[in-house]
Amino acid sequence: MVKYILKRLGMALITLWAVVTITFLIMHAIPGDPFSKEGKQPEAVKNNLMRHYNLDKPLVEQYVIYLGNLTKLDLGPSISSKSRSVNDYIEDNFPVSLQLGVIALAFASVVGISLGMFAALKRNKWPDYLCMILAIIGISVPSFIMATLMIQVFAVKLKLFPTSGWGNIHNYILPVIALSLMPLAYISRMMRSSMIEVLGQDYIKTAKAKGLSEGQIIYKHALRNALIPVTTVIGITLANIVVGSFIIEKIFRIPGLGKYFIQSVSNRDYPVILGTSVFYSAILIFVNFVVDILYVVIDPRIKMERTGKAKKSKA
Amino acid sequence: MANELKITDDLFEKVEHNYQNADTISRPSFTYWEDVWHRLKQNKLAMLGLSIIIVLAFMAVFGPYFNKFTYEVQDLNNKDVGPSVVHWFGTDSLGRDLWTRAWHGARISLTIGLVATLIEFVIGAIYGGLSGITGGIVDDIMMRIAEILYSIPYMLIVILMSILFDSKGIFPIIIAMTVTGWLSMARLVRGQVLQLKQQDYVQAADALGASTAWKLRKHLIPNTMGPILVNMTLSVPSAIFAEATLGFLGLGVQAPKASWGSMASDALASVFTGNAYQLFIPAILISLTMFGFNVFGDGLRDALDPQLRK
Repeated sequence: MVKYILKRLGMALITLWAVVTITFLIMHAIPGDPFSKEGKQPEAVKNNLMRHYNLDKPLVEQYVIYLGNLTKLDLGPSISSKSRSVNDYIEDNFPVSLQLGVIALAFASVVGISLGMFAALKRNKWPDYLCMILAIIGISVPSFIMATLMIQVFAVKLKLFPTSGWGNIHNYILPVIALSLMPLAYISRMMRSSMIEVLGQDYIKTAKAKGLSEGQIIYKHALRNALIPVTTVIGITLANIVVGSFIIEKIFRIPGLGKYFIQSVSNRDYPVILGTSVFYSAILIFVNFVVDILYVVIDPRIKMERTGKAKKSKA
Repeated sequence: MANELKITDDLFEKVEHNYQNADTISRPSFTYWEDVWHRLKQNKLAMLGLSIIIVLAFMAVFGPYFNKFTYEVQDLNNKDVGPSVVHWFGTDSLGRDLWTRAWHGARISLTIGLVATLIEFVIGAIYGGLSGITGGIVDDIMMRIAEILYSIPYMLIVILMSILFDSKGIFPIIIAMTVTGWLSMARLVRGQVLQLKQQDYVQAADALGASTAWKLRKHLIPNTMGPILVNMTLSVPSAIFAEATLGFLGLGVQAPKASWGSMASDALASVFTGNAYQLFIPAILISLTMFGFNVFGDGLRDALDPQLRK
């Protein structure tokens, strides 16, 4: 187990390093310098700026400096707003994104899992159809369209919710729904097929033969086992929510990190783009690492299967 | 039921057993793909998806010629005109005809979806095939690299690459999407190759001295075609989705060219000025396309492998 965790941790660190390197190279491969947008400046000013951001040094040295700063958790400066660093952006704005993301994730999981479960239990009845329709909407309607349509209907026409802003409880409802729709559809479909598979297992028949009540069979035997495959999609769901948050925060004008990421993209503020990308990737890599460990803990069968598979592919 | 069946004497006539014709196949024989098509035809949702794709493709080619407007000419006297007899889908805030722009956008969105998928297929098939066929340490290294690239969020790398290419043509966008988009195809092809390598009939071919080219042509390619086709069908909508998101974030094709994502982005303000139809048109088109390709892909998967269906 310890060996497995260490191996995963090593893999996660290598991945993080690769992401940092790739992002760093992309950002430095962009032609021109980040200051050319601010109009013509005297040569001396530009040189000073270049020196201040270490841009006058050779690429390798810049890279080493950047990696060194990263180990001190310093994600670098911002160019468009000189008083704030990437760390400031994260400190001030990430909690908002986190709050939105966690609520959306919780909403998607709870509703998705219950809907998928009911769909599996009541096949070809209305929960099943609801699950199917939701799955179709979830894959067909991009979140930015869902968000703008909801603004049009619920905010502009019916005036039930504000169109944008943050802080009030009313501000949460539309963004959370728009952000969680796609993951919700995904989770409910996954849960449905997993539950159907579990319900066909022999131990469910045994439980029935023992005379357990319907409720006991579902909650003690079926639900717990059906949840295992669903935990594997947490990583994908989270990635969905992170990318979704860029768009949702822009549309609803929520002062989260996603909004600033998009802003830095349109301002071409390279250090901020680099810093936030690295930050987002680090979160996702960390979550995937935790999920990897988690499902070996939850399901001992997976570990055995995995080592079995690994041996087979090496042979 | 029973009383409808007339029992006559000729039903009891003795049938001569004919040894010469005993082996004749009395029904027409179906090839694998005819079988697949037969199963696919019975899936109404998949057929609906296919019809949507065909109609959209037709409109993308011919739609812009149906009226006299072009996608880029602005008519500031006729801006924000709702759908009417003259402008079938209305005009946008710069007076451009939305019907023409919508189908022009369809060209761009579908081209990006199809070309990106094709490139992903070529790179993925070569990488995955090479990895699976070679095996051993090469396979290990190639798959580790793929695994690392795979854990970078897809949209993040697409956004970063489109900042790098900055030229806002269709081709840079396609490249940005395919940079890591081929990974799932590579994994799929490698998995298929590894699985097939262990099949008895491939080993039998090996034992009979078949060349690698023969095994590829006769065994590997026909047997991996199905899952690959499904993967390709499903990767078209994800490319279109990515393009729409890029367009929405202002990283898509350059104005005055239109893509559905950039049309939706332009129409964002129209929601507040009461011209929501400008948003509905690209919204409906994107959703229909995603729906069409996704249900068709799902149907294709079921048709190719009926046992998988639950």
